[in-house]
Amino acid sequence: MHSTVTDNPVITTKGLTKVYESRGRQVTALDGVDLHVREGEVFGVIGQSGAGKSSLIRCVNLLERPTSGTVTVDGTDLTALAGRGRRAGRDLRRARSRIGMVFQHFNLLSSRTVQDNVELPLEILGVSGAERARRALELLDLVGLADKAKAYPGQLSGGQKQRVGIARALAGEPRVLLSDEATSALDPETTRSILQLLRDLNRQLGLTVLLITHEMDVVKTVCDSAALMRSGRVVESGTVAELLATPGSELAGELFPVSGQATGPDRTVVDVTFHGEAATQPVISQLARTYNIDISILGAAMDSVGGKQIGRMRIELPGRYEENVVPVGFLREQGLQVAVVDPAATNTATTAAPTTVPTPGTASPSPLAKEAAK
Amino acid sequence: MTWPEMQPLLTQGTIDTLYMVLWATVVSVLGGLPLGLLLVLTDKGGLLQNTAVNKVVGVIVNIGRSLPFIILLIALIPFTKLVVGTFIGPTAMIVPLAIGAIPFFARLVETAVREVDHGLVEAVQSMGGSIPTIIRKVLLPQALPSLVSAVTTTVIVLIGYSAMAGAVGGEGLGSKAITYGYQRFDTTFMLVTVAILIVVVSVVQLLGDGVVRLLARRGRTAS
Repeated sequence: MHSTVTDNPVITTKGLTKVYESRGRQVTALDGVDLHVREGEVFGVIGQSGAGKSSLIRCVNLLERPTSGTVTVDGTDLTALAGRGRRAGRDLRRARSRIGMVFQHFNLLSSRTVQDNVELPLEILGVSGAERARRALELLDLVGLADKAKAYPGQLSGGQKQRVGIARALAGEPRVLLSDEATSALDPETTRSILQLLRDLNRQLGLTVLLITHEMDVVKTVCDSAALMRSGRVVESGTVAELLATPGSELAGELFPVSGQATGPDRTVVDVTFHGEAATQPVISQLARTYNIDISILGAAMDSVGGKQIGRMRIELPGRYEENVVPVGFLREQGLQVAVVDPAATNTATTAAPTTVPTPGTASPSPLAKEAAK
Repeated sequence: MTWPEMQPLLTQGTIDTLYMVLWATVVSVLGGLPLGLLLVLTDKGGLLQNTAVNKVVGVIVNIGRSLPFIILLIALIPFTKLVVGTFIGPTAMIVPLAIGAIPFFARLVETAVREVDHGLVEAVQSMGGSIPTIIRKVLLPQALPSLVSAVTTTVIVLIGYSAMAGAVGGEGLGSKAITYGYQRFDTTFMLVTVAILIVVVSVVQLLGDGVVRLLARRGRTAS
């Protein structure tokens, strides 16, 4: 169900840079980030801690002021509203009220009941008491916590607290939801249920979600698009299908790690990526039958990403690459993404994720022959 | 002194003490709360970061806190006279008592407000909340249990100060203890006065703790 995703950009950052100064030293958290989040999609930014993802999401609603660059949310250039000084002016505050945000540590007020927490953004918007209560109860119902309205956050489990956080973030009827590691403090099962909720809200309300995470599973479960951040830069970005179609995509490799080494010399190792139509076709057995060759499967990963069946497989064909040009061509004809693994790399690579993305400073040799680029 | 002789003195003394302490507390809270908030807000990284204001307020508060109360009491005589018209009696004593307690309370407020999780402030900022909204809906409500503790502590300190005020023309239990118990060597009277003070302090502490427990219970009921 991707029909809700349109080409309208809802969040756009251009050349976003954030430099922190501490004791005379400058730390660059964001180094010229261009991000395009389309209306109705769930966009995941993944990276290790310190990669700048947190700074990025906090710059989107200007909780953190970018050093340079622009942030446009829903057609409004927030950086132009920012004004001078640390205080947020009226226009920026109004724009923020239309951007929901959920936090890793929930950030609920322990002094207020669950219902009063959800009412808080409505109080700020100046909604009358009766209307506030009606909206809050409606939202709590939406997140499945209608019976906890009178409870205090201290009485709830982590997953329930995050549901309250989500209900609160939705109170101002935002079109955009920012999720700052919303599931990182939760156990795997609760994480799944919260991600499911985000996915449902995305579909039911047409809500655009920008989430940051360090867990690849989160991207796999809910994201339509993803970006990989490293040292303050976006090194890869696109829809999951686009990433999988990019030869040597690090994200694709991480999403579907396949490993396995050639069993001997004179063998060709090929990574095959299935998505869309091709995922349901019996291509491997067709290949074996058509060319009468024996195929070994070295490793495989199949999963559904954003509701689509997607998989990667590392297979081994007898003979050197030159002898396998025709079978490899056959696989390409079936609409599969094929990348031939350089035997030298498989012997030394410790992880299966092939790297072709040039990272600044470290020019790592590509373990993948860029065959698919043709 | 016999009990019937003591009784009216003690009653009057207790009433005067409570009167002075009560009003001095009200003024201290009204003065110390904004000062304490200002210390937090203007601090480095605060919502209203302003080093100059922060330094000035900090220095004033520190001066207020380092002056021995008995010195402050005497130094403030002209000011008290200006405000109240006289510098003796329980009403006049409210002025030095409050001025002595404002910096003390301000520091306690500062500590209490600083303990509020910054994530909550950010959450309200992300909803579009202004600084007054953040103060009203986050900082003060979240710090309320600590603030109540701070008031309790301030009341008890003021009870102690009020006894000192008795030495410089104030009224109340302290003044009675000095006049009758100390200067007339009436040990029984002194002991009774001390006993009353202990009871008053204990009751204030119990009340304060009770309110704090009531407030804290909301967030922490066992699940």
